[in-house]
Amino acid sequence: MEFNEFFVKGCSAIGAGLALIAGLGPGIGQGYAAGQGTAAVGRNPGARGKIMGTMLLGQAVAETTGLYSFAIAILLLFANPLTK
Amino acid sequence: MGSISLLYGLFSRTPTVLASDIDIGVDGLLKYELFGQTLWLTTTHVSILIVLMIFTVFAIVANRAIKKTDPYKKPSAFVNVIELAVEKIDGMVAENMGTEHGMQFANYIGTLFAFLLVCNLSGLLGLRPPTADYGCTLSLALITFMLIHITGFRYQKLGHLTGLCKPLLLTPINIIGELATPLSMSLRLFGNILSGVVLMAIVYGLIPQVILWFWPGVLHAYFDVFAGCIQAYVFCLLTMIYISNNFSSDDD
Repeated sequence: MEFNEFFVKGCSAIGAGLALIAGLGPGIGQGYAAGQGTAAVGRNPGARGKIMGTMLLGQAVAETTGLYSFAIAILLLFANPLTK
Repeated sequence: MGSISLLYGLFSRTPTVLASDIDIGVDGLLKYELFGQTLWLTTTHVSILIVLMIFTVFAIVANRAIKKTDPYKKPSAFVNVIELAVEKIDGMVAENMGTEHGMQFANYIGTLFAFLLVCNLSGLLGLRPPTADYGCTLSLALITFMLIHITGFRYQKLGHLTGLCKPLLLTPINIIGELATPLSMSLRLFGNILSGVVLMAIVYGLIPQVILWFWPGVLHAYFDVFAGCIQAYVFCLLTMIYISNNFSSDDD
């Protein structure tokens, strides 16, 4: 069996798809943060602005792992180091 | 399936969209040689120059307006807005870094925030956001990295270096943790803005023309305005937190 350029490209596309499974984690994390934020606003509606800021900051940081996988998927699709 | 492709053929500019039609990359515009290296002037440089031009014009206009203002009279609306922005940024720095050592960084944080904000929003002007280029975000993160360690050596002297080996066994992990800071900061900003660019390019490339008249506005509002503002704020906030961690050593 010959491992030519197209084989590598197809496998890279599959790999890019698999890399995006990592989007699951940030989704759960951000949803949990949003839920806790909502509960906090329900308990203390006066502190809505501060809770909102903290929640958005935490969500933006939690998004990082998903973005790593996104960067790898983009790398595999458009700047593949395996095919020259 | 047949009807969908027929509709698509009627309304789209091109019957089939090739992957090469979708432009998400950085395009080289001008090639030149410097010290034996082949370098490119890219779309990122052009976007940054346009952003800097906006800033220069704004700075000149603001400077004129402030000089003309009489401190004993009511300021004009424009001067009021500038004062509001400066006060907000000063307040943000004072809240996150403390007023004791923190205010010396207010200028840098303000510049960084304004630059990132205009860069991230420049997608609305039809530019490719400069922050969707890893070279731009990495250099910003490296400035933060330098500032973190310069501050550390200034306020803790050699304690900054010995603080890395505090639990002796964890020294390698501490060093990797320090090196990962600029990497994660730059990748966070880059990934967020790039995902917006890629998604918008796919939407503009693949959706029939009729839908394009109203639908992408929602996506622009989310990816350019919301994500752009949040990421500019997060980058500045993390810079402030990392720098102010080094004002005093951990053990006191």
